Amino acid sequence: MSAADRIMKGLFGVYFAAFFVYLFAPLAIMAAATFNTSRFPTVTPWQGTTLEWFNALAADRGMWDALWTSIMVAFFVVLVVLPIGTAAALVLTSLHARARSFLYAVMVSPLLTPGVVIGISTLVLWRQLGVGGGVFLIVLAQSSFIICYIMLMVAARLQRFDRTQEEAALGLGASKFMVFRRVILPFLKPALFAAGFLAVLQSIENYNTTLFVRGFDTPLTVYIATKVRTGLTPAVNALALIMVAVTIVGAVTYEAVRRRSRTARASKEEEQPG
Amino acid sequence: MAELYKRFGGGLGTVFLALVAAWLAGMVLAPNVMMIDYALRPNLPPADIGGPRDVYSLSNVLYLANEGVHRAIFFKTVWASALVAFVTLMVCYPLAYWLAQNATPNQTAIAILALTIPFWINEVLRTLAWYILLAFRGPLNAALLALGIIDEPVRWYGDGGVLAGMTYAYILFMLFPIYNAIESLEKSQIEAARDLGASVWRTHWRVVIPHAKAGIATGCVFTFMLAAGSYVAPALLGAPGSRWFTEIIYNWFFEGGDWNRGAAYALVLLVLCLTVVLVTLKIARVNLTDVAK
Amino acid sequence: MAFGQTRAVTDVSFTVEGGEFFSILGPSGCGKTTILRIVAGFLEPTEGTVLIGGRDMKGLGPDQRPTAMIFQSLALFPLMPVWENIAFGLEARGVAKTERRKKANDLLKLVALEGFGDRMPGELSGGQRQRVAIARALAVEPQVLLLDEPLSALDLKLRQHMRAELRALQKRTGVTFIYITHDQSEALAMSDRVAVMSEGVLQQVGAPRELYDNPATPFVARFVGETNAITGRVAAIENGIATVESAFGPLSGRAGDGLSAGAAARLYVRPEALQHKTRGENRLMATIERIDFEGAFALAHGTLEDGSRLTASIASTELGEAPEIGTRASFAFQSANAVVLPDG
Repeated sequence: MSAADRIMKGLFGVYFAAFFVYLFAPLAIMAAATFNTSRFPTVTPWQGTTLEWFNALAADRGMWDALWTSIMVAFFVVLVVLPIGTAAALVLTSLHARARSFLYAVMVSPLLTPGVVIGISTLVLWRQLGVGGGVFLIVLAQSSFIICYIMLMVAARLQRFDRTQEEAALGLGASKFMVFRRVILPFLKPALFAAGFLAVLQSIENYNTTLFVRGFDTPLTVYIATKVRTGLTPAVNALALIMVAVTIVGAVTYEAVRRRSRTARASKEEEQPG
Repeated sequence: MAELYKRFGGGLGTVFLALVAAWLAGMVLAPNVMMIDYALRPNLPPADIGGPRDVYSLSNVLYLANEGVHRAIFFKTVWASALVAFVTLMVCYPLAYWLAQNATPNQTAIAILALTIPFWINEVLRTLAWYILLAFRGPLNAALLALGIIDEPVRWYGDGGVLAGMTYAYILFMLFPIYNAIESLEKSQIEAARDLGASVWRTHWRVVIPHAKAGIATGCVFTFMLAAGSYVAPALLGAPGSRWFTEIIYNWFFEGGDWNRGAAYALVLLVLCLTVVLVTLKIARVNLTDVAK
Repeated sequence: MAFGQTRAVTDVSFTVEGGEFFSILGPSGCGKTTILRIVAGFLEPTEGTVLIGGRDMKGLGPDQRPTAMIFQSLALFPLMPVWENIAFGLEARGVAKTERRKKANDLLKLVALEGFGDRMPGELSGGQRQRVAIARALAVEPQVLLLDEPLSALDLKLRQHMRAELRALQKRTGVTFIYITHDQSEALAMSDRVAVMSEGVLQQVGAPRELYDNPATPFVARFVGETNAITGRVAAIENGIATVESAFGPLSGRAGDGLSAGAAARLYVRPEALQHKTRGENRLMATIERIDFEGAFALAHGTLEDGSRLTASIASTELGEAPEIGTRASFAFQSANAVVLPDG
């Protein structure tokens, strides 16, 4: 190994460490601040260790209302985006090359539109129709771009679909509806679950679009952002800490399950004769 | 369309088409058309709507061009967003390269898991973490003071804070496209370049970066678009002197009460983003179908 | 039938008897799959008709025809257990679940897969998957079973085993099989009759023996089994025997259709019809280049005087009298064992 290579390696090590400090330090500090008695969330100076901010969080009616609003929005978003996203993917994969690439460009365009613009355009359209901001508009505005993600995930899965299965089913006397229900839909099921999960996350985390169409409803992200102005306490940190913890547990479990199923599948394939 | 009906039959085919039409026409096209309509009309009291003064004009857009402060904020947003994209690229490229070419599958899996954790919680909380970290009496200043690097606490809120928070928020949008692009590069090509005597820099400049061009372009346009359209980072981490264009738009809607002017500003933002996206992709010769994978 | 501007198959007309094992044989791209898909109803012919049991199939979709198809990829439904796969056609016909399960079990017994009903297709071996595909197609009690090279993914040993099994199954069920293959030994071994196709044109329909002994076209002569071809001009046709004036003197064989005196023609003679002997009519001299031992017989490869190739088969029991490599050897054949066809 040359000296230059060794220097590169050392530099990379420093960068690597710095990257992950950059990634996790803010989260760690935010989490740690939950346990500091200080009214403003911080870790310096440490004024004493406490769990009272969890109680404060539990007692925060506004936060619970906001959480409920977010869950309700996410629920309706999933109801809207799964059928439309799936239909979009099916329409897209049933088209011929040229029409397909044009439609694809149209369908991904909401992903390239700034979130605030999506919120504003939805708001002005519906004001014209006499509908003001609120849960209904939040659902519509969020759905308009979350559908893109669903469409992409379902289309990716469809690319691996063996279409002779459709012919086989038709040849056995199945109606086109039965082919869809018994053959295509079961094949899409894993992608639909993943897509639904992603839709919930996207919906709950959205801020830029939601801000413009929320009217007098306050979802969680808006509530937290407002808190910064009206008096931030470590109760918000307690909420963040819970979310981070749930995330880590969820992510690690997901990874573990994925690995186990992969090794199980690999060993099963080994057992199979030629 | 014929193919669709042949595949799914009249009933299902019509349902699918209707759903897609409801989305594209009702949730994408109509709102944007209405926004353009708003942007081109003057803001009038209800009595005058439909009257002789209710005519299309570019006055709302021209207002932005002539308003010195707004114009300055607009251009500042553009270049600051470009800066965010550039810094994010610098931060992500080495890691993306390492993940794609040097890491074992196990290391890759763990690193990707670690990378995604901060992104499962929402953008507001991520920004809030920086808000806490960068506070005037916050941990960063305390640490730097204790280490003797600074003598007085620094006011981080402002341009620096916004830059740090945005870069943090969009890491994944930059990292994954580049990672995917570099992963498809055969390791033997890099080894061949090194074997032929190219330095590390030259290998990257001449072999890896050209190969990863599409991924880099994709990451950059997404980061630029997200940064230019961001509201939460400048609102939390900014200072009065570091206002963002989206904040001006917000004010037209909810404080200034002039939706027409707000719509015009939003339209300008949309045109800016689409232009940057399409021009960048064109320059990098990336097809729109390769984006968003 | 035409795809866009190019016709995939032209003027193909044949009749399959009820209960027959009928194969369509041809190289890939000859249009045999197109024909199968037209019969199944996945494709609509631009011209012509498909009759099944005397009934015109025009306008009927694959779900309305008394046919069932077995695909090259088998196209088993990977997310349904084996029994649901088999009973899928019954489900489409609204048969009650208990009835379906019972029928599926009967069919599993028929294909010797009893007790496999609750497995998933991914858990089966290649041969087992094959049998599930057959059972699934038989479940709808088709008049005609259409098989699109279903054995091509299997290894040689299993393929030979499945041939026998398919043949036995066809006899037992009495269902008409239309079987597509590019493997001539498969077609000859299994079928009652075979249709040979090339470049979208039907070449010949006949029993395997008939195709082998009496090829109607040069393509059939070359594609079905091994053969030697010798070019020349027709000198005379007498009593069904044509004499060809070739570079090696006059050679004669049975006259095929479309021959006329003076026209260019080819004489086809099978390797096993050539005998290593120095006397008799229809003699050919070849320089022996190599002898490939194949087990029951050996193939002697040689060159004729004009450089063209000749292959003769020699029974293993007679290898002692085989010519030496590098020598010139004389081969003769009887006129009844050769065929003369127009050159084209």
